[in-house]
Amino acid sequence: MTETRTITGNRGLMVEERLIFEYDHQNRTAVDVPAVEPYEDRLGGLRRKGGVGLPGLAEPQVVRHYTRLSQKNYGIDTGLFPLGSCTMKYNPRLNEKAARMTGLADIHPFQPVSTVQGALELMDTLSHWLKQLTGMPAVALSPAAGAHGELCGVMAIRAAMDARGENRTTILVPESAHGTNPATAAICGYVVESIPAEESGRVSVEAVKAKLGPHVAAVMITNPNTCGLFEPEMIEISRVVHEAGAYVYMDGANFNAVVGRIRIADLGVDAMHINLHKTFSTPHGGGGPGSGPTVLSAALAPYAPVPYVVRDDKGFRLVEHERDAEGDAKPFGRMKGYHGQFGMFVRALAYMLALGKDGLQQVSGDAVLNANYLYARLADVLSASFEGPVMHEALFDDRFLKDTGVTTLDFAKALIDEGYHPMTMYFPLVVHGALLMEPTETESKAALDQFIEAVRGLAERAKAGDAEYFRQAPVHTPRRRLDETLAARKPVLRWTPPQA
Amino acid sequence: MTTLYFTEEHEWIAVDGDVATVGITDFAQGQLGDVVFVEVPDAGKAVSKGKEAAVVESVKAASDVYSPVSGTVTEGNQALVDDPALVNRDPEGEGWFFKVTISGTGDLEGLMDKAAYDAFVASL
Repeated sequence: MTETRTITGNRGLMVEERLIFEYDHQNRTAVDVPAVEPYEDRLGGLRRKGGVGLPGLAEPQVVRHYTRLSQKNYGIDTGLFPLGSCTMKYNPRLNEKAARMTGLADIHPFQPVSTVQGALELMDTLSHWLKQLTGMPAVALSPAAGAHGELCGVMAIRAAMDARGENRTTILVPESAHGTNPATAAICGYVVESIPAEESGRVSVEAVKAKLGPHVAAVMITNPNTCGLFEPEMIEISRVVHEAGAYVYMDGANFNAVVGRIRIADLGVDAMHINLHKTFSTPHGGGGPGSGPTVLSAALAPYAPVPYVVRDDKGFRLVEHERDAEGDAKPFGRMKGYHGQFGMFVRALAYMLALGKDGLQQVSGDAVLNANYLYARLADVLSASFEGPVMHEALFDDRFLKDTGVTTLDFAKALIDEGYHPMTMYFPLVVHGALLMEPTETESKAALDQFIEAVRGLAERAKAGDAEYFRQAPVHTPRRRLDETLAARKPVLRWTPPQA
Repeated sequence: MTTLYFTEEHEWIAVDGDVATVGITDFAQGQLGDVVFVEVPDAGKAVSKGKEAAVVESVKAASDVYSPVSGTVTEGNQALVDDPALVNRDPEGEGWFFKVTISGTGDLEGLMDKAAYDAFVASL
């Protein structure tokens, strides 16, 4: 069947959307602003001479432009989003309702604390929940996202080492860690040494021991790791790390797989960030800022950054400066303006309170069950990288595509035609041509079955030798394959008006 | 006379006396896919055997390039910085990464020759 080109280039509801600058008509405007009266400026000659170059558009043009762009989006509100390692779970509307309450949405960080007691109590309550769920004695709420939380933890470790008068140079990071871990260690001035993974995809005590020494400040370990596997030797690893005088940083990005099931403190962890946008369902991936509160052990708690909330007989107040710290607190400084991602605190707490302890237990239970269901139903057609059962995500590699002429990339592109956002590809690097899927607790069995049928069908099509089909994919999208190479090598980041 | 060696990290090293040229193998560029960014060391930089010396980034992944020997860099391939696609077009020729003066005498031990490397790749 040959496709007949439409006259407009539009295909039904798939409209060829132009750039907003290309709709520009300088004598058109959506806002009728009165002409400016003559005035004398006091800008000392810095007054702008020309226009700012904004396009002139009528209101319906603006609304249609952005609405049509939004219709080209794929999001968790449109369908299953199995992006491994990213935990794209549904953001309940109740969270949004809470975040829009006037007393929480229409306040300013500079308001007198007497007028924002409710907001401070909310931060205090969230801290309480995070400490309860992890068994840790302290939490720093201000880190702005996961990697920022890592930075918080490693800066606390550095502060503790400084207080001990020790100049340890190295942080150990297993191959199965999140990519941000070595970056965090390096930003804090540490030398990064890699710990090789076992055949099983996990880290062994022996491998950690072999790298430990008086030069090691910390081990950063992602658990469950980025292959979707739990680290069963974690307690013993923490023991040997502490014996060597170092600290244990656990990357808590995958806390969603264990929340309500294990207490992080029991694993011997000294610092762990929690991605509120992963475990506690606040929006991310373009939908909202992340938020990475970091829980700290008794050894690191004194170094927690400002600001933090304290409660005394007069109510709640904020400790904003290091000099105001009381008791044995020795904050290492401040990481962020104001008090953290407050809007995310509201949403995360709304989620916790809506679900309760038993509900949060079911979150991790369902997330792990869903991942294992995918694993079990796809293991015979794809190639599972490691032996299950898995935790929150299922990792496959490209052995099932051997000699088919189809690559992981082609396979992912074909999945777009089936109406799904593809899984994570080519990550983690420890396996070849990785396909990493994380269904989260959001999905029903029916939704998973539908996705599984699509993936199974594609795998069978690839094995049947239809490589050309995959090389063409996607064919049903507004754009086919983009020239990612050219885009990376010669990115065009600025619109320039066409030459007259 | 130039002798060619290979590492398990898929670097090649062409050695002539104490002068060596380092790059990544054809297999490595094939695995990386289209290379979009390369960072090479400046002349005068000291590199250590098995440690990061350069960076290569493709549409799929960013990777370190390790120096197969210890020594001092005499030249980084600027042509590669300007045109990263050279790595894909001619990985074992014009797409070299850096030249180095070898300091350690035993440094070439443990490196593979062409036959051993080909067998290593076939085993992957």
